[in-house]
Amino acid sequence: MAQIKSLEDLQALKNSVQEEIDTRVKGNRDGLVQVKVAMATCGITAGAKTIYNYLLEQVDKRSMDVVVYQTDCMGLCKDEPTVEVSIPGKDSVIFGNVDTNKVDEILDKYIQKGETVSGVVSK
Amino acid sequence: MAKYKMHILVCGGTGCTASQSVEIADRLKSNLLDKGLDKEVQVILTGCFGFCEKGPIVKIMPDNTFYTEVKPEDAQEIIEEHIIKGRKVARLLYTDPEKKEHVADAKHMGFYKKQLRIALRNCGFIDPENIGEYIACDGYAAVAKCLTEMTPQQVIDEIKLSGLRGRGGGGFPTGMKWEIASKNHADQKYVVCNADEGDPGAFMDRSILEGDPHSIIEAMTINGYAIGATKGLVYIRAEYPLAIHRLQVAIAQAREYGVLGENLFGTDFSFDIELRYGAGAFVCGEETALIHSMEGKRGEPTFKPPFPAQSGYLQKPTNVNNVETYANIPIIILKGANWFNKIGTEKSKGTKVFALAGQINNVGLIEVPMGITLREVIYEIGGGIKGGRQFKAVQTGGPSGGCLTEKHLDTPIDYDNLIAAGSMMGSGGMVVMDETSCMVAIAKFYLEFTCEESCGKCSPCRIGNKRMLEILDKITKGNGTMEDLENLKNLAGVIKDTALCGLGQTSPNPILSTLTNFWDEYVEHVQDKKCRAGACKSLMQYVIDQSVCVGCTACARNCPVNAIQGEKKTPHTINTELCIKCGTCIEKCKFNAISIQ
Repeated sequence: MAQIKSLEDLQALKNSVQEEIDTRVKGNRDGLVQVKVAMATCGITAGAKTIYNYLLEQVDKRSMDVVVYQTDCMGLCKDEPTVEVSIPGKDSVIFGNVDTNKVDEILDKYIQKGETVSGVVSK
Repeated sequence: MAKYKMHILVCGGTGCTASQSVEIADRLKSNLLDKGLDKEVQVILTGCFGFCEKGPIVKIMPDNTFYTEVKPEDAQEIIEEHIIKGRKVARLLYTDPEKKEHVADAKHMGFYKKQLRIALRNCGFIDPENIGEYIACDGYAAVAKCLTEMTPQQVIDEIKLSGLRGRGGGGFPTGMKWEIASKNHADQKYVVCNADEGDPGAFMDRSILEGDPHSIIEAMTINGYAIGATKGLVYIRAEYPLAIHRLQVAIAQAREYGVLGENLFGTDFSFDIELRYGAGAFVCGEETALIHSMEGKRGEPTFKPPFPAQSGYLQKPTNVNNVETYANIPIIILKGANWFNKIGTEKSKGTKVFALAGQINNVGLIEVPMGITLREVIYEIGGGIKGGRQFKAVQTGGPSGGCLTEKHLDTPIDYDNLIAAGSMMGSGGMVVMDETSCMVAIAKFYLEFTCEESCGKCSPCRIGNKRMLEILDKITKGNGTMEDLENLKNLAGVIKDTALCGLGQTSPNPILSTLTNFWDEYVEHVQDKKCRAGACKSLMQYVIDQSVCVGCTACARNCPVNAIQGEKKTPHTINTELCIKCGTCIEKCKFNAISIQ
């Protein structure tokens, strides 16, 4: 491996390894937007795993301060896949029958712009 | 490389490792592999989480789920339930002792709420054997800043301004120590990290070295730059094999990455670190004794001056700092002295790590801001006294410290307040005692330790402590006189004033503080021949309740010294002259007729 010979080298190395601990850093921070994907059997069969992976990928792509968890069954099995979004200071909402387009909409409109997005099944 | 979606942090501290945490991590990994999740979920062996009472600890990120007392056979359930289905394994969650409810994540645990982790910032968070993770957490940025943007004097000024004081026990201002060492000129100077942690029950330094060894390497390099030293030595106990291993791995990685060695960060400053192993003598934590031991001589202290800053290792100027002191350095440089000196009290800045032990619910490693009260530490972080018993005393500062009582519970903890209360900060041992602890026996325990560890060089410590121990022994056996108590007081005063080094000068503290705070208990032992805690065996008496005893003869038949007499079917009695207090009779009695008084 190339040795660190300057401040810039260190910074470059830091940037390249930062991602490895990002999940932990986010978990430790307070006040982040939380997005939870219901991943019980009902959720998984309805495609929650795809949604979960897509969410992680898109949050990274947009460099958003959002932490994505998987969680237990939310009890809304008929609307799976379900995604719960909690923005600090606001009541959390659950979106049902989420697909990848809905994920984009939730991230871009609901979280980033605070706009209302259809598909809310429970508050 | 695709990013890991979840991280499973498994405690790799000495305590949890002893409870199979390495096997837990292996099983988690093999289960992930079976399910094809090894590229999505990462398993990391970290340093100590501090919550040793409930170890082994497994923490899942990013949701902060905190699993306690995990066993290797639980690995499969954690993967299948939590990792795959998002269902927390309720039986492994921490249960709040008061509310009897499961606490799902670490942020809501009383144990962590009042803590402020600065020295322990990376412990239980990063993989100590991976320099990349340390760098990702701003590691080596402080040394880079010092070498490329600051002069040595600016570094010293920053540490002085921060108000950081030595965490090894004495509380000497660190910046001032560095400045003295920097002003002494020589062809070679040395930086020494004192990792000879020896107080009974203390494991602050060990946990830092095991959990975040790179922070010590970085801080020592900064120290070297500030005082003009190019060589660093870590004096570490050979009894800390895991800490030694992690430190060796870290040093090798630092050399490989070029953050230790020649021309660091493109400057002309070079620095390297070597390890020196101690053979486990308590006195070697004293800096002059430590230096002699490193030189291959007997680990005996010598008179100061000359101070190590003038003439230390191989008669060269040497700066000695404790592990925890060093752990604070990089973050002070990065966040600034004015960030650090806003934490804590007027004369004691920052935080302190304590090893919480004894009769307390949450035994473990904690870091709290200076100025927090003992009550907050014991009842909020520590979760109160075990078994709902009554608090009696808390011992701080190890064999050099003293016992504080109920009336000190609301005293803000800092260097000066603890000394004023008759104890000391010490390196951070905190042993909580309840009503079942006898204070005379506690004083005796600590004195036995200092007698054992006295190097024997000066008479006050070698002979004086021995005499005090004999007196305490006499008292706990019920043969003490009031004159003994006077002698004890006088002897303690003389030893304190005349002993050569810190060990001897502070060895009477446990006695003096218990004499002051628990005088009644001493008098009780001497005059009434009674030990209210029931801890001094010689003062206890076994008595048969005549109204309960049915005369079954079970006790008499089993007594090894034939001390129990009585006719069949009539109540028996114990001859206390013959009784050796072995407890066999209590065990054999089916009617609970025998008690200790």
